[in-house]
Amino acid sequence: MGYELTMLAAPAEVFTALADPTRRALFERLSRDGALTVRMLTDLAGVSQPAVSKHLGILKHAGLVHARHSGRQTHYTAQPHALAPLVDWMSYYSRFWHDRFDRLENLLKRMDQ
Amino acid sequence: MTYTHTLVIEKELPYAPEKIWRALTQGPLIKEWLMDNDFQPIVGHKFNFRSTPVPNWDGIINSEVLIIEPHKRLSFSWSSMGMDSVVVWTLTATGGGTLLRMEQSGFPSDQSAAYKGATYGWQKFIGNLERVVAGLH
Repeated sequence: MGYELTMLAAPAEVFTALADPTRRALFERLSRDGALTVRMLTDLAGVSQPAVSKHLGILKHAGLVHARHSGRQTHYTAQPHALAPLVDWMSYYSRFWHDRFDRLENLLKRMDQ
Repeated sequence: MTYTHTLVIEKELPYAPEKIWRALTQGPLIKEWLMDNDFQPIVGHKFNFRSTPVPNWDGIINSEVLIIEPHKRLSFSWSSMGMDSVVVWTLTATGGGTLLRMEQSGFPSDQSAAYKGATYGWQKFIGNLERVVAGLH
């Protein structure tokens, strides 16, 4: 039996959060540099502070960043484990298509005759 | 292990592109190796791939033909359970046959219009991301 498509948890929320280039840049920055405040991220992002806050909210909702409040400051950190659904999606389809390539080769052999 | 947002599978096959093209674009042949379908090699044609339904999923993949370049390139969308992706097949004639390449790129349903312009950014992002996810599994 080949590898059948089955129920796969849709990583749509993670994809949506990362579909925006500014959010990707913010997430990358946090992955690389650790905990940063909205102000620090605003200086780097080239967009307004409210825009950065809104993007961080979406990343947070998708579980991609964590917010830690200390005094008047909020430090954001990346949560790379939230990428797991995306990783699962990739590895799932990798197995699926490798199996289908095998089937295609078998078909091509039969078509020779 | 390396994970990218674009899945690429490439294999050299000892058959002419014309023959592989038939297997990729004739509905009954597609069914033999991929899934039941109502594919037609016409750009803009909307069709389904149908696999066995399982709990919480009807087994249906919604697709649309995006590119038909006979014996060279075929592309269709692949939408299922809130995730959209695009599958691109490229056939390149080699001395002994054909280099067959499949690329599947995923993105969320509501971003499909924005996706094309964002491809470069995605590739760069995923390149950087590989370091981040390296220890995940």
